[in-house]
Amino acid sequence: MLQDYLSLLVRSIFVENMALAFFLGMCSFLACSKKVDAAFGLGLAVTFVLTLTVPINYLIYNYLMAPGAMAWLHPSLAEVDISFLYFLCFIGVIAAIVQIVEMILDRYVPWLYASLGIFLPLIAVNCAILGASLFMVERSYNFGESVVYGFGSGVGWTIAITALAGIRMRMRYSHVPAALRGLGIAFILTGLMAIGFMAFSGIQL
Amino acid sequence: MKMNRKEREALIDPLFDNNPIALQVLGICSALAVTTNMAAALVMSMAVLFVTAGSSTVVSFLRNNIPANIRIIVQLSIIASFVILTDQILKAYLFDISKQLSVFVGLIITNCIVMGRAEAYAMQNGPWLSFLDGVGNSLGYTIILVVVGFFRELFGAGSLFGFIILRPVTAGGWYEPNGLMLLAPSAFFLIGIFIWVLRAWKPDQVENS
Repeated sequence: MLQDYLSLLVRSIFVENMALAFFLGMCSFLACSKKVDAAFGLGLAVTFVLTLTVPINYLIYNYLMAPGAMAWLHPSLAEVDISFLYFLCFIGVIAAIVQIVEMILDRYVPWLYASLGIFLPLIAVNCAILGASLFMVERSYNFGESVVYGFGSGVGWTIAITALAGIRMRMRYSHVPAALRGLGIAFILTGLMAIGFMAFSGIQL
Repeated sequence: MKMNRKEREALIDPLFDNNPIALQVLGICSALAVTTNMAAALVMSMAVLFVTAGSSTVVSFLRNNIPANIRIIVQLSIIASFVILTDQILKAYLFDISKQLSVFVGLIITNCIVMGRAEAYAMQNGPWLSFLDGVGNSLGYTIILVVVGFFRELFGAGSLFGFIILRPVTAGGWYEPNGLMLLAPSAFFLIGIFIWVLRAWKPDQVENS
């Protein structure tokens, strides 16, 4: 049991890395990776929101939306299938949770709030967050797995963006062809990092 | 049809001069993941075109009635409705490709192109211009997807749209397929090279960092 969770954790951090294997959250991945501390702060915020949203979306999908899921409310609802609405519902949940997290942090943990700054509202439209919830439905994880998966993919994303920011800071001292500067070289760097992460793909726990 | 200058700008500019992927850094996630073959890349582009053009038009019609502080939620629900429509149509008529695109159809909701154009253009301009801007930006996205998909399918599998062009060794031909092209990293390299070529051709896009 514990072993399953551990292997899912390692898989979601390294083997199925959100950023480098599924290209999710790429926009902020490339746009916010110019400085290491900002990148790390964004990573923390993403991990935090992912750990909350994946399990909550799990509960909503499995107890309200999936075919026959509303049977516990009233027997006559057993036939209802509103799973086609799940995009709309998930994005609403994510936007709401980001808003709530922002208010809670502002009230109780001001230092973290100040260091995350504008990144917190931005992650509502980060594809990694919605992507993790959609993968959770597609792979039909159970509740425990969805918590572990949300946390693990957040950690994986944080590792990837912090590493890229570190490399990009060093790139400033390198001689890059003019037309390749900035975005172009960032793409090629990410490609090389993705090859590096492919080395994990054989790992079985 | 005769277009005035502003309309032409809205439609043509995003193709090369202000390309959403290469210059605005928008909508990269899906550009990388669905380009292993041409058919998926084209279907994905059409889906994005439909959603972007549709949501930009609707947002533009409603722009004077959307309260400023909840505009993101309003835009997201308009976009999500278009995505649900697209997803259901794909599932009904193109089931194979819809399986292949898996979660990436749903991820059009958080595709920054759609959101970015709704926020940056449709909130300020009329419906017709916003429609053209949406179409233009999706075509800019389509160009990159098709170019990347072309190289990945041709060199990775030796075929285009599933038709064999370079007969691979496994099917008794001479071409040794390049397995890397089907894997994730090749998409990064191809887009990096595309940006390189584009900026060498149009030097005013070069970043001075």
